[in-house]
Parts: sequence; C-alpha cells; structure tokens
Amino acid sequence: MPDAVVELVDVNKWYGAFHALKDFSLEIGSGERVVICGPSGSGKSTVVRCINQLERHQKGTIRIDGVELTEDPKSVARIRSEVGMVFQQFNLFPHLTVLENLTLGPVKARGLSRKDAEARARHYLERVHIPDQADKRPIQLSGGQQQRVAIARSLCMEPRVLLFDEPTSALDPEMISEVLDVMVELAEDGMTMVVVTHEMGFARKVADNMVFMDAGETVEQGKPEHLFTNPRSERCRKFLSQILQH
Amino acid sequence: MKRAFLPLTVLVLVAGCSSSQNWGWYVIDPTTESGWTNVKFLASGMGATIQISLIAAVLSIVIGLIVALPGLSEKRGWRLVNRVYVEFIRSIPLLPMLFWVFYGMPIVFRSMGLNIPIDPFWGAIITLAVSDSAFTAEIYRAGIQSIARGQSEAAQTIGLNYYQTMRYVILPQAIRRILPPLANQFIYIVKMSAFASVIGMQELTRRANELVVTEYRPLEIYTLLIFEYLLLVLIISAGVRWLERRMGSDERGQ
Repeated sequence: MPDAVVELVDVNKWYGAFHALKDFSLEIGSGERVVICGPSGSGKSTVVRCINQLERHQKGTIRIDGVELTEDPKSVARIRSEVGMVFQQFNLFPHLTVLENLTLGPVKARGLSRKDAEARARHYLERVHIPDQADKRPIQLSGGQQQRVAIARSLCMEPRVLLFDEPTSALDPEMISEVLDVMVELAEDGMTMVVVTHEMGFARKVADNMVFMDAGETVEQGKPEHLFTNPRSERCRKFLSQILQH
Repeated sequence: MKRAFLPLTVLVLVAGCSSSQNWGWYVIDPTTESGWTNVKFLASGMGATIQISLIAAVLSIVIGLIVALPGLSEKRGWRLVNRVYVEFIRSIPLLPMLFWVFYGMPIVFRSMGLNIPIDPFWGAIITLAVSDSAFTAEIYRAGIQSIARGQSEAAQTIGLNYYQTMRYVILPQAIRRILPPLANQFIYIVKMSAFASVIGMQELTRRANELVVTEYRPLEIYTLLIFEYLLLVLIISAGVRWLERRMGSDERGQ
C-alpha cells in the first residue's frame, strides 16, 4: 500500500522480560478504519501507544506518512502533530474548562490565536454534539460527554490519524452509544482511525480491516464479516464467540 | 507592637509575681521604662528573623523545584542527580552547614579567584534555603507524582512539550497538594533561623542572648523569646489553614 499513513514493520516491544509485541506488522491507509481486538494483555493497547510514541518500541520500524520514527525528538514532535489519541480514562484536564481543554494544544503547541482556537474548539464541540458545555469543568459532565470532549480535543489538533484506546471501556452502558455514534460519524467523514475496542457492532459497521491479536501477535486479520462468520483460527473463533454471546 | 506583647508578658508576670524574689520579670516589664526598652530591644530582632525566613523560603521553593524535576525523569542518570542532592543535603545538620557556608565558602570563592564576602545575613539565608530545599524537593516530587500519568500523556498527545506540560497541566494540579506542606516547611525555616544567631546575625535569638549577658535573667528573657517565635508560628499556621481551606474548596479532582 503506497499511500499508507501508518506503517508498522516487525515491531517488537518488551516490558522488562515481558514480550508485549512480537514482530508486529500493520499498514493503515489513508481514510482506512482499523479495529484491533483481542484478549486483555494481548498487546493491542501497546500497538496504539507505540504508534504515537507514548511507548518506545525496541525493534522494528514505524513510519508515519513515510517518515520513520526515531528517538530524535523532532520525529516525535512530528508524529504528535499528525496522530491524535483518545484514552480509555478520557484524561481531560480537570483544572481547565472544556473550552480551555480544547484550546490548550492549538494555542500552545500550534501557535494559533486564542480567537481562532476557540472558534475551532466550538466547531468540534458542535461536531461531538455538546456545543453548550464549553464553560463547564470536565467533572460536571457525564462520562459519555467527557469522552466526547476528549475526542473533540484530539480533533482540534486536526490530526491525520486518530487512535482510540478502548474509548468506551470506562463508560456506563447507557453512555457507550453516544460515543460510538460520534465515532461512526467521524468514520463516515473519512477520518483515518485505529480503534482498540471490544465493541463488535461498531467494528462490523465501520471497520475496513479488523485485527485479532493474542500474545503480542496478529492471529488473524481481514474484513470484519470474514472474522465474524468464518474465522480461520481457533483462538479467534473462541474469543469472538465469547464476546458476541451477550 | 506594645499591644501585642502586653497580654503575653502579663501572663508570665502573673505567674511570677506571687512567688519569691527569685523571679525577675521586671526585666521585660513593659510598664517600666527599662523593661520597655528591653522588650523593644528583643523585638527588634523580629524584622531580621522574618526577612531571613522569607527570602530563604522563596529560594528553597525555587531550588526545590529545580531539584525535584530531574527526580521525575525517566532517565536513571537524572534521577540519580536528584537522589544524591536530596540524600546529601538532608544528612547535613544545620549548624555545621551554617559554619561551612559562613566560614568555608569565602575560602572556596577566594581559591577560585572570586572575592565574594559572605555576611551573616546571606550566610544564614543560603544555609537555610539549601538545607530546606532537599525537603521541598521531596514535597514537589510527591505532589507531581500524585498527578495521574494519563495527564502528562494526554498533554503530550496534543503536542505540548515538557515545559508546557509541566506549566499548563501538571503543576497547576499539583500545586494544590504541594502548597500546604510547603507552607508547613516555612514554619520549620522560621524556627531554624535561630541558628543564624551563632554567626552574629542580629535576629530574635541573638538579641535575647545579648540581653541575657547584660541583664543576667535567662529564664525571663528566653521565655519571652519563646513567645516571640510562638507568635510568628501562630501567624503562619493561621495562613496555612486559610490556604488549605481555599485549596480544599477549590479542589476539583477527576
């Protein structure tokens, strides 16, 4: 895939003696939506954390837009401007208002004027359907609203790729769909997304490519319907039957 | 000034006046002319004590932060710098450090071809600030580490660099947990500033010592001295409590 936005080739990552990623490879094309699933501890979060270099991989190559990530701070700064991230625990800044959460990056890291940054922030708050919460503190919002603010905060940096690390796992069940709806809309607008999730309904709806991981390796990947209806590996079949049971 | 000392001295006077002539509260009796002169003399050290303590506290807060930051690094070398500083400085008793700074440092400077005299005022401040900074560094470290890791990760993913992450995300949250213990540390500095008397700084304790030499009434004079420190510390703790209340009511965790 020549127009790959993110390219991982034989990436290895160890935490001490624990081998978290074993020769992991993945290509993500522009506009592509990739869903990564697998049992806990399988390394799926590590993949997204390596893509934006919150974790440094020890072996292998990661390229963003064809440029290889090195330990050079410049290369890290570069990916930070291209890759956004949404966390399981939202990680909003509790001492700032929603609007300040959204403008901090654009103003301080990008040098936007406050006025432009606020206009942009309001635009993206609109897009995640909470335009009227701008002056509240994160703690005053529901979990679902907080996660949507977090999505808007990432969007304000106008990244080429948006990473989601189990974005709905910390939410109460009734709030999951409001976050997933926003993510589906983003997907429909053509955002390149890498989503670590167990939400198979979401995967079925938007994923171009689904990766099933176990023990730091890709066990199987392909179109979601393939994996759902006709998984080749026993591990994948077992995992999917467990989470699709309910 | 007179009004503030009156209730205190009256209290001690009442304790003393009923018994034998062994007591000599008259030396600090503000109603007599000589007593009032003595009290004024003793209290005139207050300004120096406050100045030394304040400047030392401010310096300690700055040095403490500078020392704390490498302690939070992921690089072992930086953490080592922090550990060595904290363990080393923390282990030096205040008095030997004061002697080293006051008598020793000018020699060090001279050997480097610098002519920097160290007077008692700055000698005391440097000693108090450096000695205290090992403790403030630990307070900072604990406060910053108490902010969840996800906060700095989120800051990084929106492109903030290390300085910006500290300045706009971590420190504003950590400061609420750091300020109260930091203010407590200030009380410590005020008390430790008494050591400055040894190198000739004209502060509260020095004044008391000098008066004891001329009046030879150690009990009465040192009693008043203790109450002078009590007064200072009470004022600071009232400030600390006010600060804690303010911080507490403003606390918005996630």
